Amino acid sequence: MGIAVAIVRMKDLVAVIMLAGIYGLLSASFFVAMDAVDVAFTEASVGAGISSLLMLVAITMTGRSEHPTRHKPVLALVVVVITGALLIYGTLDMPYFGSADAPIHGHVAPRYINDSMQEIGVPNIVTSVLASYRAFDTFGEVVVIFTAGIGVLTLLSVVRLPEDVTKSYSLNDSMYEQQLILRIVTKMLIPFILLFALYVQFHGEYGPGGGFQAGVIFAAAIILYAMVFGLRTSRRVINQPFIQLAAAMGVLFYGSIGLVSLLNGGNFLDYSVLNADPIAGQHLGILLIELGVGCTVASVMLIIFFNFAGRREVQQNRRDKETK
Amino acid sequence: MMLMGLYNYWIVVVLMMIGFYIVIAHGNLIKKIVGLTIFQTSVFIFYISTAKVDGGTAPILVEGINQYSNPLPHVLILTAIVVGIATTALGLALAVRIKEAYGSIEEQEIQKKDNQSC
Amino acid sequence: MLAHLPILQVIVPLLAAPLCLILRRSSLVWLFSLIISGIAFLISISLLQQIMASGTIVYELGGWDAPWGIEYRIDKLNAFVLLIISAVSTVVLLAAQTSIEKELPKDKHTLFYVLYLLSLSGMLGIVSSGDVFNVFVFLEISSLSAYALIALGEDRRALWASFQYLIMGTIGATFILIGIGLMYQMTGTLNLDDLSRRLPEVAHTRTVFSAFAFVIVGICLKLALFPLHLWLPNAYAYAPSIVTAFLAATATKVAIYLLIRFTFSVFGLSFSFTTLPLQILFMVLGLLGIFVASTAAIYQKNVKHLFAYSSIAQIGYMIVGFSTSTVTGLTATLLHVFNHALMKSALFLALGAVMYRIGSVQLSQFQGLGRQMPFTMAAIVIGGLSLIGVPLTVGFVSKWYLLMALVENGWWLVAVLILLSSLLTIIYVWRIFEVAYFKPPLLETEGIKEAPISFLIPIWILVMANIYFGIDTRLSVQVAQAASQSLFGVAP
Repeated sequence: MGIAVAIVRMKDLVAVIMLAGIYGLLSASFFVAMDAVDVAFTEASVGAGISSLLMLVAITMTGRSEHPTRHKPVLALVVVVITGALLIYGTLDMPYFGSADAPIHGHVAPRYINDSMQEIGVPNIVTSVLASYRAFDTFGEVVVIFTAGIGVLTLLSVVRLPEDVTKSYSLNDSMYEQQLILRIVTKMLIPFILLFALYVQFHGEYGPGGGFQAGVIFAAAIILYAMVFGLRTSRRVINQPFIQLAAAMGVLFYGSIGLVSLLNGGNFLDYSVLNADPIAGQHLGILLIELGVGCTVASVMLIIFFNFAGRREVQQNRRDKETK
Repeated sequence: MMLMGLYNYWIVVVLMMIGFYIVIAHGNLIKKIVGLTIFQTSVFIFYISTAKVDGGTAPILVEGINQYSNPLPHVLILTAIVVGIATTALGLALAVRIKEAYGSIEEQEIQKKDNQSC
Repeated sequence: MLAHLPILQVIVPLLAAPLCLILRRSSLVWLFSLIISGIAFLISISLLQQIMASGTIVYELGGWDAPWGIEYRIDKLNAFVLLIISAVSTVVLLAAQTSIEKELPKDKHTLFYVLYLLSLSGMLGIVSSGDVFNVFVFLEISSLSAYALIALGEDRRALWASFQYLIMGTIGATFILIGIGLMYQMTGTLNLDDLSRRLPEVAHTRTVFSAFAFVIVGICLKLALFPLHLWLPNAYAYAPSIVTAFLAATATKVAIYLLIRFTFSVFGLSFSFTTLPLQILFMVLGLLGIFVASTAAIYQKNVKHLFAYSSIAQIGYMIVGFSTSTVTGLTATLLHVFNHALMKSALFLALGAVMYRIGSVQLSQFQGLGRQMPFTMAAIVIGGLSLIGVPLTVGFVSKWYLLMALVENGWWLVAVLILLSSLLTIIYVWRIFEVAYFKPPLLETEGIKEAPISFLIPIWILVMANIYFGIDTRLSVQVAQAASQSLFGVAP
């Protein structure tokens, strides 16, 4: 909470973003304390990882200090106080924290806890709810991330001139040329990160993890590579049209599993009809859609990162030409 | 009793409102996005708090344990986190373009430039 | 296959979007999107027919029964809104290729169609869904794609408008999320139908009250209800023409749908309108919106701005109808949702044609266009007449029902005010007529020709619909009436 207050006061955006990252990490550890391990995993990789990274890349392009505000934001304060008061008022009739007989724990949730083992056969309840009971939400989520990728692409993509005409800059030129140890360590680390991503991808049924987290980790490995070895080299490894294709394929893959179950006589995303044995069908379905999720998430993260970094590169080139 | 039972939620409300305040009161676009992130993260904390059951464990089925926390809010928040990062990415991309087009990411300066060109 | 129509309605455009990315060739993608949107339109017609014949359709996703799984629950109200959205989308897409070629750089064409289809499926998803959290997810799909679409505008102000919309939209969505959380907290369910059954038990609690407040405020932000409308004019004015035509006709309609769904179906009539002074609140806000926005429209120099403010005023009419909380009032609102979609898509498409020919929509540039682009300007005239509410146009029908509803309630003063507000509409529409028909053409627009046929066809389809549904009101009135009766629980 102290961190949040500090964010309000700080003018230096780098510090603000760092603090926001710490806030993300702290909330992730709070989620662990609240038994939400899956959520904590995701929040740590997203709130503290990806979003801070994106913000840092963004401020290298937009400047790092905030101008002092001249007007007194009284109106804003009033709005905030009213909203806050309404919320506090709303909490007054809420069941107490942690009480097991709150309505939220009755009605819908018990079936997930008691029957999911028989109906789906996956120990991680979060995974079974996410990927089967509420699979359509997850499909929506994949589409949201896909939309964001396409949105960033439309906003930031630049028509690339042939490589030899524009002298490309890597994100970290100095590091690219000098830091030998860093490069070697990174080279050694990356296979392990990728392996870990695959583990998280396929382990989601038993422990915390799943397609989304795996996708983020996978993307992180490649982003690390790009940061150390330069954008140009990494673009040679993974090129733009390919990741766009991969992002689209992930969504299509997820959707087509739904369509297959439709053709097999079930409803959309009903995995039970994928196999003669409904439980095996559920297993298969969850495994496959998690693959689709992982594929789209990893490629969209890369699309977003490469477009931010690519934009920066173009800006730098332009600035260089101007100084010449 | 009431104080003990609800204070957790009240802290979350205060956090939410700090985020909300940053969004509407600050003129810097990046800071607005940071505020939005804090606002959303606090809502996530609120959801997750409601899922906690005293004496329960993480909702991964293990022999011999029969008290679990509610898995449904966890699922919802997993989805909401993804939605949040999607919004953040798009907002940052817009901020970068605005900087290119206007040369500034301060709300007041952008509005001044718009009024001049009108 | 017929049983799967509810899901296909959403899934077809949703899966078509990534396919577009694979197809790549811009003209091919346009044709493909058009066909997909057409299919969605046919599906929505078929759905409406089924529902009018045999009542609500329920579709369980993943084969899990609600409230454990997510279900699609389509009744007359949803089917009506689905029809409006998919119809407008299809007609607008007809003109898309010509307009987009002029307004967007070549490398963005394919991405434009991908975003367009995503936005379309997002809206269809919101309307079809019977689960609050699923509504939130699809709301975000449609909003994120809308932000990106708006930012595609040529003017740099499009970026700023899009950013403002993003901030406001996300605050709105987060408010809705808080509301959903509170509702779930008190009832333990996320299913709309289930909520409506379980909420009355806890309706007296303060938590449900603030849940209601957060959901409604969040929706009103999306709806651009006065005084939360500030993001709308710039967003509509600087977006590419096709985007404006599409969003103006659909996005706010979806928000109106959500407002109706939450107040009438989920929280229930007695809670929404008797426990709270919502009737008066909405009536006053609606009226204020009508007058402030109409007055603002009179002073605009940019015609897209002018019609954007007029949109806010029209939202005001819908809200006034809604606030009567009678069957007739709600019928008027639903009719206006339908009619306004027809008017505004016609008007904004016609503006797109003007943009195509002269590259600007400043009012001063309209001089003499009446002679140079006779068909386009005639379309704007008819659209304008419809906005005013002249008999034989659709605008008349919905205003007529609105007045009937007000008189039925004995709200004479409000009825008079509504009539007065039409005068303001006459003024701002007249300003365009005057410039276009009674002033000589400018030197720089000399020799401008009529818009290409690919524009004229969709524009005139919409204009004809404006007149047709103004004369033959059977279809629209019957459906709107049936939908509002079912919401009030009256047997038709």
